Amino acid sequence: MSLHLILFLTFGAVCVAGAVNLLAQRHPINSALSLIAVMGALAGEYLLLGAEFVAAIQLIVYAGAIMVLFVFTIMLLNAGEEERTKGSRVAILLGVPGMLIGGTLVAWVLLRHSGTGSAPVGALLGDPKTIGQLLFHEFLLPFEVTSILILIAIMGAVVLATKPEATENRKAR
Amino acid sequence: MTGFPTLSFAAALLEALPPSMDYLRILPEIVLSIFGMVIMVLDPLMDERQSRKTLGAIALAGAVAGMWATWRMARSPGVAFWNMVRVDGFSVFFHFLIIAIAAVVILISFEYMAVQQIRAGEYYGLILFGVVGMALMSSAIELVLIFIALEISSISSYVLAGFRRQEAASSESSLKYFLLGSFATAFFLYGIALIFGATGSTNVDDVSRALRSASPPLLAYVSVALMFVGLGFKVAAAPFHIWTPDVYEGAPAPIVGLMSTAPKAAAFAVLLRIVFAMNAPGPFWLIWVSAALSMTLGNIGALVQNNVKRLLAYSSIAHAGYLLVAFAATPELGTSAVMFYTAAYAAMNVGAFAIVSHFANAGERYVTLEDYEGLGRSCPLMAATLAIFLLSLIGIPMTGGFFAKFYVFSAAMKSHLIGLTIIGVINSAVGAYYYLRIIVVMYMRESRKEVPIMPVPIGLAWALAISTAATIYLGVLPNSVLRYAQHSAQEMVQQSAPMVQQSAPSGTATFGGPCACMRKL
Repeated sequence: MSLHLILFLTFGAVCVAGAVNLLAQRHPINSALSLIAVMGALAGEYLLLGAEFVAAIQLIVYAGAIMVLFVFTIMLLNAGEEERTKGSRVAILLGVPGMLIGGTLVAWVLLRHSGTGSAPVGALLGDPKTIGQLLFHEFLLPFEVTSILILIAIMGAVVLATKPEATENRKAR
Repeated sequence: MTGFPTLSFAAALLEALPPSMDYLRILPEIVLSIFGMVIMVLDPLMDERQSRKTLGAIALAGAVAGMWATWRMARSPGVAFWNMVRVDGFSVFFHFLIIAIAAVVILISFEYMAVQQIRAGEYYGLILFGVVGMALMSSAIELVLIFIALEISSISSYVLAGFRRQEAASSESSLKYFLLGSFATAFFLYGIALIFGATGSTNVDDVSRALRSASPPLLAYVSVALMFVGLGFKVAAAPFHIWTPDVYEGAPAPIVGLMSTAPKAAAFAVLLRIVFAMNAPGPFWLIWVSAALSMTLGNIGALVQNNVKRLLAYSSIAHAGYLLVAFAATPELGTSAVMFYTAAYAAMNVGAFAIVSHFANAGERYVTLEDYEGLGRSCPLMAATLAIFLLSLIGIPMTGGFFAKFYVFSAAMKSHLIGLTIIGVINSAVGAYYYLRIIVVMYMRESRKEVPIMPVPIGLAWALAISTAATIYLGVLPNSVLRYAQHSAQEMVQQSAPMVQQSAPSGTATFGGPCACMRKL
């Protein structure tokens, strides 16, 4: 067993365990913290693939910035423990076996597939220069179009977050 | 390296810039984005009490300019931005269709927004931005770009669904759509990742070449199945249809008209590219089962509905099923049948929702079948228009719905899909019941309830005129549209399948999967 494989399995195990814990936890703050573990473990996996830039970005943006925002939002909303309803129990009864079956199927296919026609991931990704060239040359259009995606997400958040009666209040004042 | 860093930099920059022709090939998207941004900037500058109709008019102008841009784009076919988008007859058709739907929906929204007292500044901007995403979906040939475009179209629909801010049902609709939609998008994304793992590329053409050169790996089947789950959700095909009635019931009626046609047309365009242009392996039985289920569940569900919006939601599930029948047919017949069907369905469904949004009144109070009683007498013209759309949804001759169904089922018959055709025809007969029920209620019952009838404003009148004209036109003179669809279908299938070009015109030998499967049965 090479060191590479050991590291891969370790990070993979942390990642899956974190993801399962994220779903199992009832308090949102615990879920958010396990999401940080998932993000960190994923960064490790990226590093093993030779994508050190993506790994660093993953840590800085996801595990860092976005998760801080998550935790702050949970704190500000003062979100309490989630309640289990009858519907969620049914969802667990049906969803867990369904997910297990689906996951096993995909895993089985991936295991059978190993070796034949694998894509050269290490050759494609990697340093910031390659990523920059890909991003601003071949993938220029998707990159630019993403700005529209972010724009409508911001617009949507503003529209749905402003109180409908806010305009009336201001008029009254 | 060369000693002239500035010169080599300039040369590299020139090389890196896309040729100006490329911008022409995404001109509709550029024009619509600019108009969207203008609306976004103007909205906060306007006085708060002022009506937002001006912004709606700008959005309408944007849609018209977008159609002009589509016409300009159509004259320079080809790929652009390093194989990201392709302008061909197929993408031009869907561009035009989607932008036309948006224009009609904006026309409907003028009255609706005023009656519901919704401040609709961002509303018009979001429609235009959503259209950018949908239009890109139809021309993108790179799965990464398709994914981003799909997200743009989805996020704008999630937000638009929640625009009736005073109603809890609207927030419920928005949240449900958002949660389930993100879940479905994850499936689509996982499918893209696996197709990259199987073929080493995410470009539709490259994937198609890789899949054809060798027997497709098992991984490709899984990835196609996952992508089908994602797109099946977007088009409300069973068994991924559960969200539809709740979301359609809560969302603003004009937006339901948009949601049930434009993003669906775009998602069907993507599905056509994946199933036919990408030569995806093994979607046949998936589509067969999903088509049969959607038709049956949609029609049965609609039988017991009392709310017109919910009824039309179930009807849209059934129509997604009819459309999926064409996906099981041979590529060229299937593609042209799907293109014609999406156009006809858009015309009649947007029209039907235009009338629903007119009658709904403040707070959407009047949307049950009871409220439609006696409309044939109190509001004869509107009732007659709704009847035309409903007859078209049934598939009565002289309306677009008839030829749409006719082409889909004849494509299925020519591809030896006897079983699926029989299920489809039986379902059409079942579907006739609930559409006719609305007509019967309108014309043969006395109204028991005081339903206020408002005069028809000019915007709505135009919207109804356009959709009625399109419905009748497609039903009386379907040839020109159909010929265009057939031509672009042939073009799309051939440019991705140079090896089967010789046998393509016969239309039977190209797609071994379904024919072989059916012969075995």
